[in-house]
Amino acid sequence: MSTTTLPAKRRGLDYKKFLANNGALVGLVVLCIALFIATPDFLTARNLLNIGIQVSTVAVLAFGMTFVIVAGGIDLSVGAVAALSAMSSGWMFANAGFPGWLALVGGLFVGALAGTINGLANAYGKLPSFIATLAMLSVARGLTLVISDGRPIKTPAEVSFLGGNLGPVPMPIIILVLAALAASFLLNRTVIGRSMYAVGGNAEAARLSGLPVKRILVTVFALAGLFAALAGLLLAGRLDSAQPQAAAGYELDAIAAVVIGGASLAGGLGKISGTFVGALVLVVIRNGLNLLNVTSFWQQVVIGLVIALAVGVDVLRRKTRSS
Amino acid sequence: MSQQPLVTLQNVGKTFGPVTVIKDVTVSVYAGKVQVLLGENGAGKSTLIKMMAGVYQPDAGHIVVDGKTVTLPTTRAAEELGIATIHQELNLVPTLSIAENVMLGRMPTKHGMVDRSALRNRARAALALIGLDVDVDTLVGDLGIARQQLVEIAKALSINARILILDEPTAALTRHETQSLFAVMADLRRRGVGMLFISHHLDEIAEVGDTVTVLRDGEFIAEVPASTPEDDLVKLMVGRSIEDQFPRVAGNTSQATEILTVENLTSTGSFNDISFTVRAGEVLGIAGLVGAGRTELIRAIAGADRYTSGTVAVRGQKLPNGSIQAAIAAGIGHVPEDRKGQGLVLDASVNDNLGYATLASTAKVGLVDFAGQRSRAAEVAKKLRIRMHTIDQPIGALSGGNQQKAVFGRWIIAASTVLLLDEPTRGVDVGAKVEIYELMNAITAAGGAILMVSSELPEILGMSDRILVMRDGRLAGELTSAEATQDAVMTLAARDVDEKHEKR
Repeated sequence: MSTTTLPAKRRGLDYKKFLANNGALVGLVVLCIALFIATPDFLTARNLLNIGIQVSTVAVLAFGMTFVIVAGGIDLSVGAVAALSAMSSGWMFANAGFPGWLALVGGLFVGALAGTINGLANAYGKLPSFIATLAMLSVARGLTLVISDGRPIKTPAEVSFLGGNLGPVPMPIIILVLAALAASFLLNRTVIGRSMYAVGGNAEAARLSGLPVKRILVTVFALAGLFAALAGLLLAGRLDSAQPQAAAGYELDAIAAVVIGGASLAGGLGKISGTFVGALVLVVIRNGLNLLNVTSFWQQVVIGLVIALAVGVDVLRRKTRSS
Repeated sequence: MSQQPLVTLQNVGKTFGPVTVIKDVTVSVYAGKVQVLLGENGAGKSTLIKMMAGVYQPDAGHIVVDGKTVTLPTTRAAEELGIATIHQELNLVPTLSIAENVMLGRMPTKHGMVDRSALRNRARAALALIGLDVDVDTLVGDLGIARQQLVEIAKALSINARILILDEPTAALTRHETQSLFAVMADLRRRGVGMLFISHHLDEIAEVGDTVTVLRDGEFIAEVPASTPEDDLVKLMVGRSIEDQFPRVAGNTSQATEILTVENLTSTGSFNDISFTVRAGEVLGIAGLVGAGRTELIRAIAGADRYTSGTVAVRGQKLPNGSIQAAIAAGIGHVPEDRKGQGLVLDASVNDNLGYATLASTAKVGLVDFAGQRSRAAEVAKKLRIRMHTIDQPIGALSGGNQQKAVFGRWIIAASTVLLLDEPTRGVDVGAKVEIYELMNAITAAGGAILMVSSELPEILGMSDRILVMRDGRLAGELTSAEATQDAVMTLAARDVDEKHEKR
């Protein structure tokens, strides 16, 4: 009935609350310490940069996913939209003769457009986001194959620059930091960002308070599409080409990162910082298992268990909240 | 009474966190008697029956069944001792047959398969206990609410319930259906079943009850015979005279400007050709039965739903159909009937909830005005005496009354001048109720206009300056506060309704 507690109980509950609210961060720290002890290869500049590059794609996808999940939806199409955006960018450059910078912007535009369609289908077409984006997953992946005829397309130098280095620092890491700052600013400081929490928490209450719920939902999915496009271009930049099967299944990593980061799939809860930690947990586990020579088959098993654990923490958190 | 009670809650108490919900209450149910539990919303009735049903454990006192002290850790344990609850929200599976529902969880089997003929026979026997004559293969979802209730009672009796807890069974019934329920209850009483009966309809108490236990703010107030006059019961229940309970200060509004003008408003299937005005400083109450179209009307005016034809105007300015934003901009504030489902984002803070209506209008270049919002919210929370630990607390942790004040506060921050209130004090305790009424006075004193839908007649009579009565989606009449009485309102609201239901 009330979350207030007697003073005597306070300490115990706060400790519990801290764990529940920062479980992913605690897990990440424990994981890093364990890997540091287990293998000398973990804490090397090269490996850390490697982790940074790998986390950039997952995290950027997951930032967009955070908007959607906070607003109470889900976006299964981000991996396919990432691939479609990168492929479109490559096609505009290689086949349509666009200048490289315009092809890059065009790729971002395609992602935002795909997201907007998701949003329109969800908000105005009344399709559940799960279904709307499942359809988009198939459409976007199909279009990627149609455009490319199943073959990689070379991307312009502007896109390759995103996968390169700026001095000693890999560009993906710089993009990651910029994207994190932008997403965090959007979610925390702007009207649209704060509205996402209200829509995800109780869409009807938000609507009756005068919030333009449908427009907010369209914006949310458009942003998810835009971030997906950015992630797709980062991935293409590292390979100097857009791959038709790029980012396949990445939507699941993105969802996992958001959930591990403490967002609730019921909506209304979630933070960019949490999502970032969630993405790091996933990537560090994979990296560590690689360093320890665990096969990729077993890696999948471990990742699955981590997701189950994270959602378990989510349930625990909601319990402590309601009791 | 020298007879031994079937069940007694002896000096029980219950606290949730710092809140004491029940304090030192004793209530007994005797075989063949109907014990009435009377109290306002928030008086602790539901907590009390949940203790008797094994949902909550008492923190103090104990439960005695047949003279023996027992603990009821689960509802199952209560059922085994013969205690069954008929909830307001019925626990039936609408897609299964009556027979399957009655025997749910204890289906007769033969060779590991459901024995359908035994199932039917046993279900028929159960229905016969209360004289219900329907085909046991009928799907429960095809029954009306009254018959579903009887099926649930039959189910309880078929598992040998000796003590029935009836939680507002008549709330959703017509007068005719209520009479048949009372006939069943009279029959059960003859057969020695003890009943604990909760109802908000005072006139039902003398008809069906034996003794009345009155609760107020979680405390035992009195146990009186059911024949006690209604006025005395109200006095016991409320603890003060009715004038204090509805502190309406009406101004002279006959010359005041019209603020809200509704003309020929129609929404097919919900309401028809509704016209009225609300003047500055006025509270216009809308009375009517559940389903008369009152909530639909208020939602259409608020822009929450589209209407078919007609106009809504605020200060002479016509509002577009189905636009909440335009309604808010014109000064309309809507307090919806379901606070938790439609009014609040329960996980969000008090501060956030107070600010949703003004989130966009106070923003600068799309950025939230956090400092301004905080100071506005703090000011309103103080003014409305919203009791909370901090303004960043999730609003779901507040009591119903304080949550409701926050919904009002949102519109006060938005400087709304036309408030549409739908059941404004539902689930709000007595103290907060009066605070909400005083708030309504303050709003009208400042020149605001209020349109209020309420199913609580005393509230409509006590707080409205004028009353519109709706029946089947139409205006059935208008009463001034001087000529309005419960009887006058009910006559307008309920005419023909009983006949219609009987035909069905």
